[in-house]
Amino acid sequence: MSDATEASGTAAGAAEAAGSGLPVGEGEGGRRVRVVLVDDHRMFRTGVQAEIGQTDRTGVEVVGEAADVDQAVTVITATRPEVVLLDVHLPGGGGVEVLRRCAPLMADAERPVRFLALSVSDAAEDVIGVIRGGARGYVTKTITGTDLVDSVFRVQEGDAVFSPRLAGFVLDAFASTDAPPVDEDLDRLTQREREVLRLIARGYAYKEIAKQLFISVKTVESHVSAVLRKLQLSNRHELTRWATARRLV
Amino acid sequence: MPEAAATPLDDPRPPRKLYRSSDGRWLGGVARGLAGHLGLPVVWVRLVFVGLFMANGLGALLYAAFWFFVPLGVGGVGDHKPPSLVGTETAPDGRRRLVARKPDKGQLAALLLMVIVSMVFVSSVNLGSAAKAYLVPAVLVAAGVALVWRQADNARRARWVEAGRRRRTLSLLRAGGGVLLVTAGVSAIFVMQGSAAHLGAVLQAALAVLVGITLLAGPYLVRMTQDLSEERLMRIRAQERAEVAAHVHDSVLHTLTLIQRNADNAGEVRRLARAQERDLRTWLYKPEGTGKDEADEPDTVAEAVRRNAAEVEDKHGAPIEVVVVGDCPLDERTAAQMQAAREAMVNAAKYGGEGGAVQVYAEVEGRTVFVSVRDRGPGFDLDSIPADRMGVRESIIGRMERNGGTARLRAVPGGGTEVELEMERAEKTS
Repeated sequence: MSDATEASGTAAGAAEAAGSGLPVGEGEGGRRVRVVLVDDHRMFRTGVQAEIGQTDRTGVEVVGEAADVDQAVTVITATRPEVVLLDVHLPGGGGVEVLRRCAPLMADAERPVRFLALSVSDAAEDVIGVIRGGARGYVTKTITGTDLVDSVFRVQEGDAVFSPRLAGFVLDAFASTDAPPVDEDLDRLTQREREVLRLIARGYAYKEIAKQLFISVKTVESHVSAVLRKLQLSNRHELTRWATARRLV
Repeated sequence: MPEAAATPLDDPRPPRKLYRSSDGRWLGGVARGLAGHLGLPVVWVRLVFVGLFMANGLGALLYAAFWFFVPLGVGGVGDHKPPSLVGTETAPDGRRRLVARKPDKGQLAALLLMVIVSMVFVSSVNLGSAAKAYLVPAVLVAAGVALVWRQADNARRARWVEAGRRRRTLSLLRAGGGVLLVTAGVSAIFVMQGSAAHLGAVLQAALAVLVGITLLAGPYLVRMTQDLSEERLMRIRAQERAEVAAHVHDSVLHTLTLIQRNADNAGEVRRLARAQERDLRTWLYKPEGTGKDEADEPDTVAEAVRRNAAEVEDKHGAPIEVVVVGDCPLDERTAAQMQAAREAMVNAAKYGGEGGAVQVYAEVEGRTVFVSVRDRGPGFDLDSIPADRMGVRESIIGRMERNGGTARLRAVPGGGTEVELEMERAEKTS
């Protein structure tokens, strides 16, 4: 799946965000993001490293790599990166297990470690599972280098990154059912959130969504973050089913 | 009670084996099995057995022997109606389930009749009064044994018929009832023999022997059943693995070979890799219970959208991303919409495939089906559609409007073209 449309942030978008008062690591080339790669396929790690790891050009500095759950927890704890690119399928319990064991690092108020899930999987329970585990977004491995860099910056700023497919899953999961919502705030999407998700699923970038709905990119981002929060906290039947159906084969 | 029928096997191999029939049987399925084997009407076989039964109960002996030695199978006499006791019905979630129906009234009646006839027969038999006294207990024992055996047959059949399983309690009740009958019969015989005085002692001894045997053989039995179930699990796993291996062998290796051969043709390599990836994904993440073959016509919106996207992708080589939310069955209107959507995909792949993947989004919400096809190509001015794109007007816009839907084509500000198709589902005519 080519997520050419994955993230709207461009270099310009990143520069905008740099001026928005968020903590930004300063390097020679402006902003720096420290990243750890977690994936059990060495070839894939090498490929990602080659695509995004040229710090001067991309602003991304790969500070560590790991191939399984235990290694990942060790490396992440030792290097305290800002963003972890996390494979969903990992030996030793999968990406969900890494998220579970790194929960305190994610909740850190000073320097939170944020996770972006990468996967080749198309299964709803994989995707929903890692998001509920605490990942700030989900992209597929066919994403281009440029878009991946954008997504990394987006996650580092605390925003959410939704691929069209994830947006589709979420719309499906929150589809109107007869079951009364347990928690009105968490179990329903607002009309606006639904519109934003629909446009993401249709392949629109954040900027295009903003134009289409006559709102600012910031507003689009806050809608997406709100959806992410609901996704992580809601007890909707479908979500829990998807999250628990994840059996490691 | 006869119940769920098995799926008929439709390839009788030349050296036919005799099986007891598990469909439409009254007792052990012996008569049906024999009839099927000999190609005779089942009524004849049953009559012969009844006749032999009159001859000093030879029929019963023969029947019992067959029941004991002939394995339970499927088939027997081919009914020209579908098995009356199991139907498939499609559940709301689209999965087919086997549903057990109630047993035939006719069969129940026949069974009752048989019991009554045998009762009459038993009471009219002229035997010595001593022997006659033994007859009732003997019949009791026979009935009990038959009941338990029927149960064993059911347990065995349940392995290959995934029919609505009877509740465990019922099967236990049956087995228990059989055991009770047998015990009553045997005790009665003991009492007849005038050894009622020793009955207590005999029962105690028997009990002691039973407990001893259980203690000795119990661990072996438990281990044996555990080994059996473990072995079955291993076999299922091995089958799964073989299936995966076969799939990988068949298509993935093949594709990899082709990719190596076409290494200098980037477009072809991309197309091959995409097609194989899609195929593998479908195979891996296919929802359970949707055992549809590639060959089948799609019958829901989601399937139709995916199928069309796959075909267009293969033909034109541009990657197409599909996201579907919700689903509904196809009707004539949505089928027309799918045709229009396919046309839009072809256009997008042909003229807009340069700017990255074509994004297809389909959503079913209530009675409305919405499809959008979006490319990031150069886009085009709708007022000056070149001649070769006249097809757009006719095959997309025209087709939608003829069927009561709407089509919108627009240039997207960020570059590229988007086609939006909206259609109300047809009213239910049924």
